[in-house]
Amino acid sequence: MIADIDLALVDWSRAQFALTAIYHWFFVPLTLGLSFMIAIMETIYVQTGKEEWKRITKFWMKLFGVNFAIGVSTGIILEFEFGTNWSNYSWFVGDIFGAPLAIEGILAFFLESTFIAVMFFGWKKVSKKFHLTSTWLVAFGSNLSALWILVANSWMQYPVGMQFNPETARSEMLNFWEVLLSPVAVNKFLHTITSSYVVAALFIICVSSWYLLKKRELMLAKKSIILASVFGLLSALFVAFTGDGSAYMVAQKQPAKLAAMEGLYQGKEGAGLIVFGALKSGANKNQEDNFHFKMEVPKMLSLLGYRKTDAYVPGIKDLTDGNVERNIMSAGEKMEKGRLAISSLSSFKKFKKSKEEIKADSALQVFRANSQYMGYGYLNDPDSIIPNVPITFYSFHIMVGLGALFILLFMVTLYLSIKDKLDGKKFLLKLLMLFLPLGFIASESGWIVAEVGRQPWAIQDLLPVAVATTHIDATAVMTTFILFAVLFTVLLIAEIKIMLNQIKIGPKGGENV
Amino acid sequence: MFKRIKDISRNIFHLYYDGFRSMTVGKKLWAIIFIKLFIMFIVLKLFFFPDFLKTRFENDEQRSDYVMEQLTNQKIK
Repeated sequence: MIADIDLALVDWSRAQFALTAIYHWFFVPLTLGLSFMIAIMETIYVQTGKEEWKRITKFWMKLFGVNFAIGVSTGIILEFEFGTNWSNYSWFVGDIFGAPLAIEGILAFFLESTFIAVMFFGWKKVSKKFHLTSTWLVAFGSNLSALWILVANSWMQYPVGMQFNPETARSEMLNFWEVLLSPVAVNKFLHTITSSYVVAALFIICVSSWYLLKKRELMLAKKSIILASVFGLLSALFVAFTGDGSAYMVAQKQPAKLAAMEGLYQGKEGAGLIVFGALKSGANKNQEDNFHFKMEVPKMLSLLGYRKTDAYVPGIKDLTDGNVERNIMSAGEKMEKGRLAISSLSSFKKFKKSKEEIKADSALQVFRANSQYMGYGYLNDPDSIIPNVPITFYSFHIMVGLGALFILLFMVTLYLSIKDKLDGKKFLLKLLMLFLPLGFIASESGWIVAEVGRQPWAIQDLLPVAVATTHIDATAVMTTFILFAVLFTVLLIAEIKIMLNQIKIGPKGGENV
Repeated sequence: MFKRIKDISRNIFHLYYDGFRSMTVGKKLWAIIFIKLFIMFIVLKLFFFPDFLKTRFENDEQRSDYVMEQLTNQKIK
């Protein structure tokens, strides 16, 4: 008997996971980025011996400490959710996620927990060089722990280095290095951590601008802005570079996501990249013009996605209905193959139990031949392979637009701070403070593109989110959704309050955290 | 050798002891960390987030059978 899936439960489970991940991501970028900038500040202090750099380092370290303390372990809630709300998924991926997450736990514990104590408590207890080494290790430790979770996420977008074991219903790792070094994982890691550096640089510029507005801590503020501008500019340029790599990988591995990112309903050769535009409310694959207005760079999407200006970029219609001329299989055909994979999996299990080995082997062969389309077998509508186009499209363009703006911003702040022309420019300083929320918006938008854009898949092509959920009561998930919303909001308010208080006190508030 | 280990241990102890004693905003942060961990691990994990497969089934074979059933007998509406 085929059981229908309760979509209310699926939606609540997704909403809860999204809420937790979005809140968690308010804390992470500052930890990743500030840790490196603090290490650079301390390096300057150790190299030059100038006490002012020690004072600057300690001040930003204190703010790093506030963010780290409030944000620490908020990500663990995601693992709770895996076990309760996503048990089918957790079992299905178990062996793939086990190794990366175990490494993350060990690294986070030894590098961050051990050396963070030296970083905060060790100023008068250990040598300058040992202290500096500890600060760098905290920075590397934080970023390395991000590596493992991003590798796990990348595997869900591009499942390589594994094979599904039909006897245990689990994926097993065949090649650890293929999982770790998959091009999707490498791009995602570099893109995500450097975008976090941009957010952290904006944080330093925002706080320093406030000091300049208040005519306080002028030396600290000016030097911090110069350092943050250089760090932010290099990071933002690298984000653009890795963004190009990420878009290329999306074009190759997740064409439906690319089509949604660009609102490309019908494929074309020499497709242009939309700089900005507004989708019509009734946009669909059967109409030619789906935009109220748009401005695009001709042929750029083909170039970015396929490295050729005249390359054909498949649109939503090609992916759902298929395009024989372009050798694109329809979603309907994939659904047929997926159903064959699921039914042969079921037969394999049945024959194994009745010890009919020859029939089991035969079913296994059919399963292996069609297993790459397994996820499609659960779908009942070819159009369901397309993610929410407006959300993906606008999130992508907000992210890219703000990313370009940040490059310009860092150039301006670097020039003005080197020329010592930021003093007294009240309007500009107030404007600079507004860029911190924009940094968070860009960063969260990036995750929305990545995660909404890959729907309906929990694991690309293999497991839809609806099948990944646990059959529990939707009201239970709704209750914990509200609990999390309250808990995280309280934590965020606490962080902002303590952070603002520490900024008001400034570096003269004592050297202890 | 033994004296050296003793000295290192004493230094590590004092690093933490003096560090915690001289904390300012850190005390408030630790209080938040403990309250948060209590809510997460004692309240949420115990009462709201049981591991579905671990609590419902006794061994991996049963878990595997259950998930296989889920994978082969579901359809999205």
